[in-house]
Amino acid sequence: MTDEVDLIIVGAGPAGMAAARTMAKNGARVLLLDEQQRPGGQIYRGLDASPAGYLGRDYAAGAGLIASMEAPEITYEGNARVWRIEDGPRVLWSRDGETHVSAGRALLLAGGAQERPVPFPGWTLPGVMSAGAAQILMKSAGMLPRGAILAGSGPLLYLVALQLIHAGAPPVALVETQTKAMMARAAWHLPGALRCSPVLVKGLGLLRRIRAAGVTRFTGARDFCAEEGEGGDVTFRFTAKGRAQEITAPLLLTHHGVVPSTHMSRAAGVSHRWNETQQAYQPEVDALGRTNVAGVHIAGDAAGIAGAEAAAFAGELAALDILRLAGKLSDKVFEARAEPVRVVLKRARAVRPFLDAAYAPPAEVLAPVGETIVCRCEEVTAEEIRRSVAEGAQGPRQVKTATRAGMGPCQGRMCELAVRGIIAECGGTPDLPRTRSPIKPVSLGEMAALAQGQPPSD
Amino acid sequence: MSIASRFLPPPKADGTVCFTLDGEPVMARDGDTLAVAILAHTGAATRTTASGSPRAPYCMMGVCFECLVEVDGRPNVQACLIPVREGMAVRRQDGLRGLRHDG
Repeated sequence: MTDEVDLIIVGAGPAGMAAARTMAKNGARVLLLDEQQRPGGQIYRGLDASPAGYLGRDYAAGAGLIASMEAPEITYEGNARVWRIEDGPRVLWSRDGETHVSAGRALLLAGGAQERPVPFPGWTLPGVMSAGAAQILMKSAGMLPRGAILAGSGPLLYLVALQLIHAGAPPVALVETQTKAMMARAAWHLPGALRCSPVLVKGLGLLRRIRAAGVTRFTGARDFCAEEGEGGDVTFRFTAKGRAQEITAPLLLTHHGVVPSTHMSRAAGVSHRWNETQQAYQPEVDALGRTNVAGVHIAGDAAGIAGAEAAAFAGELAALDILRLAGKLSDKVFEARAEPVRVVLKRARAVRPFLDAAYAPPAEVLAPVGETIVCRCEEVTAEEIRRSVAEGAQGPRQVKTATRAGMGPCQGRMCELAVRGIIAECGGTPDLPRTRSPIKPVSLGEMAALAQGQPPSD
Repeated sequence: MSIASRFLPPPKADGTVCFTLDGEPVMARDGDTLAVAILAHTGAATRTTASGSPRAPYCMMGVCFECLVEVDGRPNVQACLIPVREGMAVRRQDGLRGLRHDG
């Protein structure tokens, strides 16, 4: 902690990178921390290595932002696992078994999103992954799924399907849960969404090209179930058009949209609320990303899902506010710079209500039933959680005590939304689950092993 | 059980490294994460849970903790978050790791 930077940013996706770039342009020093080796976030993973053409133009668009991280004002620390946030603000992070303590005048959390976990019987099989995981393999290593099934809903599902088609490894089937009725309801939001028409036009284009490629498509699918087939293949069963369907493939890739990553902000003491429309927790932030914790801003999908384009604008806006608070920008200059960003941010967010309505996750994902494993780490089933609520467990904390759901190494990241869904459906009290440091599992040795010259934490 | 990779092989790269998975030598591309290298090699489980249920990497971004393996004697390493290195000795994890393995 020899020198204090002007801003510590956790997360090097669009929001974090745009904020870092804005700070650097104004001569402010930034420490940018990320779990990945290189900046880019999940959306631009692997972009600075050798991006494949089939990943498309939107992906390639992140190159400029990544290149701007070379500014001398920005120190990038990759493979950095942040496990504690303290007043100050101070951030404790570790890499290769060594702990580092970093101090800044301000902190911006830009941890982005994770895919909503999609629990159904068999989702723990080795041949079942999230669609985003397959896309990460495509982006970072050029690996292509062999004849995969894509199942669930949402724009990412279409995008991965088309990328696979362009790469010459088309999916064997596209199994969508949304129904015609959902699309009709979503149409109410079209006037607003049309302000964001390039996104809509792009979306329609995706669907047309997937159809043209001859990929088998099911809509209104439900009752997902996977079993191990021959040679490690996955046999995927579901109901569509009132009939039982069965497809066997080496890989089943599921997706039901993304949700904010809130473990960091929760552990930092930021207030959160339940977003009923997006069925996810999100931090309470104002229009500039300020939180109830002094010195802590949040930007990008970590503050509420709005997508990569909006995340970059939100990151820029938060950085401008942080510069103003530090006295590096006058109110007048701040207003002049922030106004155009506010305009494009509003436009980038306009499509969201339509997407939220059109691709809402189905009840079987939000509140699973029966023997479906909800907590993958501790192997707790939906039925066990339902029983604990019936026996009087109030809220996530008591469900955790009764069943161990959320006690494994992922610290609830994979189960807490489904646990909440079940508690809500069973008439319990679905409070915000508690999050404590360490936010990521860390060994006692790592806690003790401070890097040379680092002061111990209080 | 030997299960073929569920992915088409990645493009060839200039640099290759060799690591071992349960003693078996595996070639990997320099710069890839350990989880990528394992998934390129096999479609089999990379760990089992306390009840013996087979698991493999699920999210590839550090969230799900399904890719936990033992690396050079250190248990519970998230394979999706570390680069594969020459000579790495990787072991699948069967069941839970106890404290005695720590450090």
